[in-house]
Amino acid sequence: MTLAAATGEKYAADFKALTELRPVSDWVSKLRQSGWDHFDSIGFPTARRGNELWKYTNLAALDQGQFGFQFDESDAVEPDVLRERAPWSDDWSTLVFIDGRYSESLSQVSSGDGVQVRNLSDVANSESLRTNLGTHAAVDENAFSALNTAFLVDGGFVQIADNREDTSPIHFLFVTTPGGSWAIYPRTLVVSGINSRSTVIESYISLGDEGGFTAPVAEYVLNSGAGIEHYRVLVENEETFHIGTTRVYQLDNSTFTSTSFALGPKIGRNDVHVLLDAPGAECTLNGLYLTTGDQHMDNHISTTHAKPHGTSHQFYKGVLSGNSRAVFSGRVLVEKDAQKTQAFQKDLNLVLSHGAEIDTKPSLEIYADDVQCAHGATAGHTDSEALFYMQARGIDEVTAQAMLMRGFASEITDMIRVDGLQDYVHGVVEEVIPRLQAAAD
Amino acid sequence: MLQVTDLHASVVDADEEILKGLSLSIGAGEVHAIMGPNGSGKSTFANVLLGRPDYVVNSGVVTFEDEDILELFPDQRALRGMFLAFQYPAEIPGVRPWQFLKAALDARREYAGEKPLSVRDFSKLFDDKVEAVGIDPDLVKRSLNEGFSGGEKKRNEMLQLEMLEPRLAILDETDSGLDVDALRIVAEGVNSLRSPDRSFLIVTHYQRLLNYIKPDVVHILVDGRIVETGGPELAMTVENSGYEQYIKAAVAD
Ligand SMILES: Nc1ncnc2c1ncn2[C@@H]1O[C@H](COP(=O)(O)OP(=O)(O)OP(=O)(O)O)[C@@H](O)[C@H]1O
Ligand SMILES: [Mg+2]
Repeated sequence: MTLAAATGEKYAADFKALTELRPVSDWVSKLRQSGWDHFDSIGFPTARRGNELWKYTNLAALDQGQFGFQFDESDAVEPDVLRERAPWSDDWSTLVFIDGRYSESLSQVSSGDGVQVRNLSDVANSESLRTNLGTHAAVDENAFSALNTAFLVDGGFVQIADNREDTSPIHFLFVTTPGGSWAIYPRTLVVSGINSRSTVIESYISLGDEGGFTAPVAEYVLNSGAGIEHYRVLVENEETFHIGTTRVYQLDNSTFTSTSFALGPKIGRNDVHVLLDAPGAECTLNGLYLTTGDQHMDNHISTTHAKPHGTSHQFYKGVLSGNSRAVFSGRVLVEKDAQKTQAFQKDLNLVLSHGAEIDTKPSLEIYADDVQCAHGATAGHTDSEALFYMQARGIDEVTAQAMLMRGFASEITDMIRVDGLQDYVHGVVEEVIPRLQAAAD
Repeated sequence: MLQVTDLHASVVDADEEILKGLSLSIGAGEVHAIMGPNGSGKSTFANVLLGRPDYVVNSGVVTFEDEDILELFPDQRALRGMFLAFQYPAEIPGVRPWQFLKAALDARREYAGEKPLSVRDFSKLFDDKVEAVGIDPDLVKRSLNEGFSGGEKKRNEMLQLEMLEPRLAILDETDSGLDVDALRIVAEGVNSLRSPDRSFLIVTHYQRLLNYIKPDVVHILVDGRIVETGGPELAMTVENSGYEQYIKAAVAD
């Protein structure tokens, strides 16, 4: 327990400083306090505590107090740098957060009719914010959602009115800057009205090489018939700890379609849970992870079918090289009432080196009797037959292997339907392919 | 053009040889056919010529245009003008035929010191050839060979052959599993490419194809060796009386 005590110090000092900083609404300060109390009582998860969920994820470094909260708002980033290094389009509404803090000057928001895109702390009186924030990602989900809630200051809040359809993409951009080693707590909440349609992008980008600790929490609420096209882009550096928590709450006939793209940070975790809480809801969770070096990327994806006639897909793909390790722990729970559920799960991996390791565990837990479910997982090396076929046409081995990797990844990246974002992700894939190849054997 | 002398080859890590002293010689502009029973080593020979890493050459010499090629990588052999239309083409997930052929043709042109074709010129050539070999244009929007029928895969091999215009084209049972129309397309493709500086090695089980493509030389391959070499009439003999006599002779050796 000495470790847990040390854990507390840096975070406790920051939390204390934050509470003394300036008064906030009562409900916010209560929420923060509940977050802190929860974190304080459980600390960071460790493998030693026999915690199955965190068996593979060594977070000891987070205990050393090297990552602090950024109290200052900063806009010390050139707009051009964002355009160059982050997904960006002037057609989107973008909220920019620098080292966790909202930057009004860098943000570019067009809040049209029926679409509200705001920094959380500017709308603390919003009834919708108050009802939903922390409801779907509760403080007791895990230590990280607790810590995130304790440090609730800035974040993205989106409210889409009923029947609103033609919104331009909304982008939450969280960047960390060179020179600091911050703990950042990105927070987002999207509440989509009845039969509305929206596209929401979350991206996490490091501009420097310093390590950091990113603990985002995102909540998505889909009312009847609502549709959200969701993207999550994790392109932080190899020294960063990124532990993300996403909670999605869906009502009847709503559709949540998510595509996640992750480069391995030092330790990354993408913890997603979707609750289909009314009949006829549909959810698709796609993801691509590319890891090399000593990176660790953990995809913890779960979908709960609580009501009938729901459909869910989980489709993840990974390319692993070097001594990296990735986990796909996909779970689909079909509760007793969820008759006529259709659920599909798939995780496919391309493992380029002997040092790399994938641990893939798709699982279906079914308590209803009238369902259609299937799952599968594979892990294989580069297909030598395909490679020879390509070489026999004059394409050299390195180029051929890159084409195969690109092809493998494209099954997910081609699902990105926002042009500027797809180009960005393709660009990152192109940059990473040679690094993956260099660490292959 | 191609000179093979006493070639011995086996599967990597296996003791038994598949090719047991194979020799043949193909001159520029010639069309040779290889026939032989199942499992006699025809595909192994074709793949060894292109340097498939599943096989090891234990001894023998293979020269292509007077260059010893056994130490070359498959892509280096392809760039020098060798081409294999596979008996069982591999599926290439996520890679589209257009993109694949563009990369292949660019590599070949670069090797020849030519500039790559512009996207527009390439596309035109590609579309024309797709039409010529009778491939459904929707098919080439898919991943290469993925979900293609047997016949579609073979037509696709012909498409690549016609696009890449190799010096030596080896066709491994490209006629197997084809309907009559496709068979004619293969034959027309080969015949239109015939020229004094391009040679063909055609592996087939059927005399039928050889009615359309008249070979200069026919070889019979049994148990890893060429046991008989002759003119087109040899294919007729095989068609009528099978391989029995050659197998007996090979065993008696
Ligand atoms: N990669 C391999 N691994 C194991 N055995 C192999 C391999 N390649 C070929 N063989 C064996 O070598 C022998 C020759 O095979 P090959 O495919 O060359 O025959 P073929 O003459 O092309 O037959 P077919 O007419 O059926 O196409 C067969 O016994 C086959 O099983
Ligand atoms: Mg064969």
